[in-house]
Amino acid sequence: MIEYLTSRDFLILFAKMIVIFGGVMGALAYATLLERRLMAFVQMRPGPNRVGPFGLLQPIADGLKFLFKEQTVPGNANVFLYYAAPILSMIPALLSFSVIPFGPDLKIADINVSLLLIFAITSLGVYGIVLGGWASNSKYPLMGAMRSSAQMLSYELSLTLSVVGVLMIANTLSLTNLVQSQQGTWFGFIPRWNVFLQPVGFIVYFLSGIAETNRLPFDLAESEQELVAGWHTEYSGMKFAMFFLAEYANMVTVSALAAIMFLGGWNGPMFGPWWLQMALPTIWFVSKIVVFLFIYMLVRATIPRIRYDQLMHFGWKVLLPLALANILVTSFIVAIL
Amino acid sequence: MIELLFLLFAAVAVGSAINVLVQKHVLYSSLSLIVLLTAISALFILLQAEFLAVINVIVYAGAIMVLFVFVIMLLNLPADEDGADRLRWLKLIGIPMGLFLLLMVARTVWRVEGTAAAPDLAGTPQAIGASLFTDYLLPFELTSLLILIALMGAVVFAKKEL
Repeated sequence: MIEYLTSRDFLILFAKMIVIFGGVMGALAYATLLERRLMAFVQMRPGPNRVGPFGLLQPIADGLKFLFKEQTVPGNANVFLYYAAPILSMIPALLSFSVIPFGPDLKIADINVSLLLIFAITSLGVYGIVLGGWASNSKYPLMGAMRSSAQMLSYELSLTLSVVGVLMIANTLSLTNLVQSQQGTWFGFIPRWNVFLQPVGFIVYFLSGIAETNRLPFDLAESEQELVAGWHTEYSGMKFAMFFLAEYANMVTVSALAAIMFLGGWNGPMFGPWWLQMALPTIWFVSKIVVFLFIYMLVRATIPRIRYDQLMHFGWKVLLPLALANILVTSFIVAIL
Repeated sequence: MIELLFLLFAAVAVGSAINVLVQKHVLYSSLSLIVLLTAISALFILLQAEFLAVINVIVYAGAIMVLFVFVIMLLNLPADEDGADRLRWLKLIGIPMGLFLLLMVARTVWRVEGTAAAPDLAGTPQAIGASLFTDYLLPFELTSLLILIALMGAVVFAKKEL
């Protein structure tokens, strides 16, 4: 075991872990700033611009504030679960990054069912929300937690079914192979991305992805106008920050999966000297994720929240039949060709 | 390394399984059950059956147990205090049944000679799909029929007048 820990393979793996984990954590912190600035831009107000140039030091100030805040526990709360819930939502959110390939070589683990592994990990994320709401022993959090569990169960179905078409075309469950299956172009200029073959699957995936991450217009679990802040009403300080970071991490995961499955992952034009060629795949992949994050934030800034019955109606009667029909049509076409 | 991990996850699985039984509050029992399912998935991964491991987590830990926890929260069930009395007869039956199970396990362990290495492709989705739609087609279709009946039953219960 000691031999393995000092071997070259392990050191490379360890360096990759540090790069990916550090990069993701830094990106999450700055995603909060991006969202606040972008929403402020849409709503024609300045947004946080006081801490550092353009407010660039705001995430660090926020982090320090979260760290030094008083740790409060509501009376009659279930203390063990109250402390465990933020951790339970943080761990799955970060664990999915262990199998996401950020480039041909920049990935921690490469297993042949990595896509399903991510679905399995993210499906455990709901416990953080549910237990946080229940352990607070307070009315608004409980309402938020119950809405969230019903919502995530409903939308997880369409989310999982929407990617079956892509999987049938690529004939693999590995994220690396999925990206490799989308290399090259049609007619020399259209990239071979699955979004052109699976437009319905892509739309269903993206809409259920918004609902899975509890974002507007589907953030019924949080809905600050009626439930104060939903399941994390009673949380403050670092525990609240963990819920917050978990939500952003889930957003990045959903965006990364969308980029891998529908937009060709790290595929993109290659040019320049060798060091640029090394970095370009990761740059393409990260810019695709950033495009999705922009859409997420613009959707939040522009579209009002829908009602709870509309949410359930939309999930079960629109998205699920669409996803099923997509599977049916795709399997016919795949079988004929 | 593998043996260490096996011992670790086996210990977690057995510990959480016992915890499911001894906990008085039903929510803690179901949380232990989630830990148990995850530990069993880890054991599947050690046997190189990644697909089974992942499906186990998606279906049981990620969907069915969420429903359990949801219902427990919705009804806000109190801690079970006088449940022991109702189970008196079941306890008496449980002792011989447990002994029988122990006997069967011992017999299986006794019969296995050496440790057969699992074939490389046994745990892949392709292999599972192929055997599901050839050798085990009838059980598979019967199971789907069973699930369909359960679905229809749920609809009938939910809507008294169709």
